[in-house]
Amino acid sequence: MLTITDLQASVDQKEILKGINLEIKPGEVHAIMGPNGSGKSTLASVLAGREEYEVTGGSVDFEGQDLLEMSPEERAAAGIFLAFQYPVEIPGVTTINFLKTALNEIRKSRGEEPLDAAQFLKLMREKAKLVNIDDALLKRSLNEGFSGGEKKRNEIFQMAMLEPKLAILDETDSGLDIDALRIVAEGVNKLRTPERAVIVVTHYQRLLDYIVPDYVHVLYKGRIVKSGPKELALELEEKGYDWIKAEVAAL
Amino acid sequence: MSNTFNNDLKQQLVADFQANESRLNGETKTPVHQTRREAMQNFEKLGFPTIKHEEWKYSNVNSLVKQAFDFNVKTEFGSEELETLAIPNLEGNILYFINGIYNPSLSRIVSPENQLQILSFGQAVKENPSLLDDYFAKYANYQDDAFTALNTAFAHDGVVVNVPAGKVVEQPIILRFITDARTANAASQPRNLIVVGKNAEVKMAEAFRTIGENGSFTNIVTEIVIDENANVQYYKVQNETEKAYHIGTTQVSQKANSHFYAVTVTVNGGFVRNNLNIVLDGQNCEAFMYGLYFPNGKQHIDNHTLVDHAKPNSYSNELYKGVLQDKSTGVFNGKIFVRDGASKTNAYQSCRNVVLSDEASMNTKPQLEIYNDDVKCSHGTTTGKLNDEALFYMRSRGIPKAEAMTLLMYAFCEDVISEIKIEPIRAYLEGVIADKLAQK
Ligand SMILES: Nc1ncnc2c1ncn2[C@@H]1O[C@H](COP(=O)(O)OP(=O)(O)OP(=O)(O)O)[C@@H](O)[C@H]1O
Ligand SMILES: [Mg+2]
Repeated sequence: MLTITDLQASVDQKEILKGINLEIKPGEVHAIMGPNGSGKSTLASVLAGREEYEVTGGSVDFEGQDLLEMSPEERAAAGIFLAFQYPVEIPGVTTINFLKTALNEIRKSRGEEPLDAAQFLKLMREKAKLVNIDDALLKRSLNEGFSGGEKKRNEIFQMAMLEPKLAILDETDSGLDIDALRIVAEGVNKLRTPERAVIVVTHYQRLLDYIVPDYVHVLYKGRIVKSGPKELALELEEKGYDWIKAEVAAL
Repeated sequence: MSNTFNNDLKQQLVADFQANESRLNGETKTPVHQTRREAMQNFEKLGFPTIKHEEWKYSNVNSLVKQAFDFNVKTEFGSEELETLAIPNLEGNILYFINGIYNPSLSRIVSPENQLQILSFGQAVKENPSLLDDYFAKYANYQDDAFTALNTAFAHDGVVVNVPAGKVVEQPIILRFITDARTANAASQPRNLIVVGKNAEVKMAEAFRTIGENGSFTNIVTEIVIDENANVQYYKVQNETEKAYHIGTTQVSQKANSHFYAVTVTVNGGFVRNNLNIVLDGQNCEAFMYGLYFPNGKQHIDNHTLVDHAKPNSYSNELYKGVLQDKSTGVFNGKIFVRDGASKTNAYQSCRNVVLSDEASMNTKPQLEIYNDDVKCSHGTTTGKLNDEALFYMRSRGIPKAEAMTLLMYAFCEDVISEIKIEPIRAYLEGVIADKLAQK
């Protein structure tokens, strides 16, 4: 589904991703962990098409298409969704209006009919229930004045609405209380099908108890320096990153 | 200050004035005409302003004053043709001005005569001279402002509107100015006087449209005199062509306990200068001023506001917002005077701009002159770009770039648009603004 080959990217001439290789197949869940500043959000942003990051080498193939040639909106239409580590506040645009525009644009690009107001509201109610998000919140300006947890929940709600093929969750668990964490995880799990895949960027094993990954990767200084089964996350939780840093230094 | 700046338009106007005068016969002795004559002398002395003039530093009328204009373009419009230029679903007292001249036969006045009296300016000189003697040119500054002097000198083509004390005019008054530049460079100088009596209430709008490929020049002055405890809503809606010059002054005088509420929206125009001058000449007045402008291409839009707090205990608040594209330029100059005796004044001002292109520019200048210690004043201006983070967020959810930009800009303007309280005008503007923002 997604094949990342030797991906390099920089911002303001500073090299951040230094050759990432990653293969994701439909149905899989990949967790990406790693110390602060190692490039996890950068990788997520590059996959979503953020223009500030300059891709200086490598390639990304998504279902046979050259992802790097596509605009962010084309990637969304192709089925890529990024849940932001820091969701953006957009005053004056309500979540409802925003999502309706987004959903219908995606439908349009797939040659599907747009949803009318009633169909949209029905779908919205259904999905809002799924992630336990309040109607009143959705009528407000997008993320404006939302609490940290509300913003994260809104990201998962949007994901549920847009039903992407590949969801990239960038620290969606941080800032969530214990109940919200479970709700968000359930939301993600409901989306899991044999056709869809998820990349979970997280610092904590906790989320992975709910969303059980097939693989765990450690990103460090712009490279994936270790990959393993889900047990790797437990090991990291216990031992921290020093032993990995030491392994890298020894090379 | 004498100005020896020589230009075609000035000479043409001086000649026109003399020709006009020779046709007036007895009317030359009236106080109105004495004022016109004085105004003409002032204009001759002042001449058109150059960019050396502090008030015209960023708005250069050089290209205007070098052109020749026909102040008498003859044109015919059928009602159906006018309909196509109208704001849809807008009901009320609709007053048509064709090339600046009030046309009663195309107009439709629906409010009863005891609520609303409307005369053409020329008619008022003959039929209600005392109203003109009391109010005409008592407020607008024809001593120092060249364009106001010029308009005053030619005052003839507008309307005089009188709302008697205690009357609430339910239907809005819509002044629709249609400039037809299909056959020539068309110019006009409407002069309006709106007198609103004690405890009266009225909503009014001035809407400007220009058609045709030639240039146009509108030099309009509207004086609005608001008596005690009266309430006036005023909208100015501009949707003219790239070749349209518009210079307009709305001069407002408020007596005690009155409310004035203005929204100025410039969707299109070549060179636009709006002066909104308000004198709060009584206690407990409230004045609100909102503005929106969307220049693109090479359009130039200049809003000058002046609030003069002459008496204590009054409140003024203004919010202007603009989105600038391409090579367009914008100016906001907001002057607030608080006079010596005007204690307990509250005056707020804010101007926010989004500049979408490196070649567009916005000049903002708040000017506070405060001669009293017991006041609350604040002002702020910002000029920035569209939020890139927000743009990426929206695009990453599937919204195409152009659409995302439109949504963001529209959200930026929303708080001013929502201040337009005549629904069909708001709906019309929402449409034309969305179209314009989506053009990129
Ligand atoms: N726009 C930018 N300008 C300058 N430096 C940047 C920019 N974006 C990211 N960086 C730098 O790139 C490096 C990687 O950042 P990134 O956000 O990808 O890390 P991360 O792994 O997501 O960290 P965290 O766990 O703290 O979220 C950091 O050193 C960061 O400061
Ligand atoms: Mg990060």
